[in-house]
Amino acid sequence: MKNQKTIKPQNLIWVMIKREISSFFSSPVAYITGALFLLLSGFLFFNVFFLQGRAEMRQFFQWLPVLFAFFIPALTMRLISEEKRSGSLETLITLPVNSADVIWAKFLGVVIFCGLMLIPTISYVITCAVYGDPDMGPIIAGYLGAILLIAAYCAIGLWASSITKNQIVAFFVAFTICIVLALIDKFLVFLPAGAVRFLQYISAGSHFTSISRGILDSRDIVYFLSVTTLFFIFAWESLERGRTE
Amino acid sequence: MIEASHVSRSFGSFKAVDDISFSIKTGEIVGLLGPNGAGKTTTMRMITGYLTASSGTISIDGNNITKNEKLSKHKIGYMPEAAPLYSDMIVSDYITYVAEMQGQDPKEKVPYLCDTCGLAEVMHKNISDLSRGYRQRVGLAHALMNDPEILILDEPTSGLDPNQIRDVRNLIKEIGKTRTVIISTHILSEVEMLCDRVIIISQGKIVADSPTKDLRVRYGASASVQIQVGNCSSDTLVTALQKIDGAEAVTAMKSDDEEWSLPRDVKGAGAVVSVANGIEIRTAITKLVSDKGWQLYELVLKRNSLEDVFRTVTTKGGEE
Repeated sequence: MKNQKTIKPQNLIWVMIKREISSFFSSPVAYITGALFLLLSGFLFFNVFFLQGRAEMRQFFQWLPVLFAFFIPALTMRLISEEKRSGSLETLITLPVNSADVIWAKFLGVVIFCGLMLIPTISYVITCAVYGDPDMGPIIAGYLGAILLIAAYCAIGLWASSITKNQIVAFFVAFTICIVLALIDKFLVFLPAGAVRFLQYISAGSHFTSISRGILDSRDIVYFLSVTTLFFIFAWESLERGRTE
Repeated sequence: MIEASHVSRSFGSFKAVDDISFSIKTGEIVGLLGPNGAGKTTTMRMITGYLTASSGTISIDGNNITKNEKLSKHKIGYMPEAAPLYSDMIVSDYITYVAEMQGQDPKEKVPYLCDTCGLAEVMHKNISDLSRGYRQRVGLAHALMNDPEILILDEPTSGLDPNQIRDVRNLIKEIGKTRTVIISTHILSEVEMLCDRVIIISQGKIVADSPTKDLRVRYGASASVQIQVGNCSSDTLVTALQKIDGAEAVTAMKSDDEEWSLPRDVKGAGAVVSVANGIEIRTAITKLVSDKGWQLYELVLKRNSLEDVFRTVTTKGGEE
């Protein structure tokens, strides 16, 4: 047959990623989310900058796990649930791709979009550098940590989106998990002593704080990568189960 | 060549498809028929690889589809029911996207499909703003993108206007000359028009599988003769007809029947006589009419339509 070229799977994933990202740009939710994120993060940064007169990013990074816990589920909620609801999942999966390709594309697409959302915050770094003499180590580590945090939250959001046809349900499931991971280390004093070590380990907040202080501890990196992998596999499993069960 | 052997699919405790086997040769146009919820869509979804079978195997050209998932998907063009598409994209972007996904050159394929599926007017519209008929056509463009060896269409003409239906049917016929086409539909005349072969599914089982031409002969147990005469009362006509050899049941026609065709000023009667297959009673009826001195207005032999066959085989399945 004519035109029967064999296509590398990478190519198809990239085609899907492009479509995902362009669909973010054609949806108002992404603009609202992006604008609100920048507004809130800008407030957190300039609050310290103007009112306290300090050129530093600590407060911005400190609040990032909480901000993302709200904004990332808002971006991931429609990823798979909407495809399930409208039935377009069927047209997607009957193209020459399998479930894993679809999950990869959705995941990378939303991670890249969140990465784009971080780019304007570099202006805070520049502001700091112009008016002060910040320690660049923690800032670079903070951005690295932010990317790990994004990956973990996106995987959680993707999984939440894969278990339901309802975007709102997907949002609240992902938001609940993310906010608990972000804030649990703040509540450790109220919790039984035996659980503290475990809860501290599963808390995204404490791992992120440790990275954003400029300490690149392998335990923190392993933590984020394992959360990401775990929920990534859950999401794949859930999509696959929809087709086999 | 598609081969399904002992394929079943359950959703929880509900068995949507129950041990069906068939094989479809290249170049056949096959119609899948069945009442709602009979398992047509599930069967199609299993062939396309969207759903996996709970048990049994499906193979395309000898390759098991679950083991060669991507290879099989390359050979299939599929349009699901109601053509679910990304509603946030404009048509030309969507077709370009599908072309890239299928490894086709968008520059060559987009104008071609725009032309074949009659999409020129809506190329720059948002998919969410399209009418049902246009969505269906975009879905068809999606299915035709990779010149598929096997085209699977779930209710391809639902929601289209009569002109579009004719276009789509012609397109399917054209494609069916060289490719395998499987369509599911509720419109029985469509099946008679398009398909070489009909598979009727009821409650997850195949209840009939035969060439379209043979189906009526094989499953149609009877025919009926419709007669309308003037100068006669309904009761006389019915009693007289019942005495004819071979008449199984006689029902009188009412004057508000849609097939009532006697002129308004004529006093007459009409009746439908069912006869067993192969028995000829029309000569006996003409003789009766001329003996009694009635005026014959209509005498028609009505073969069992596919609709009757459909009703017979699917309700039989239900009683089991």
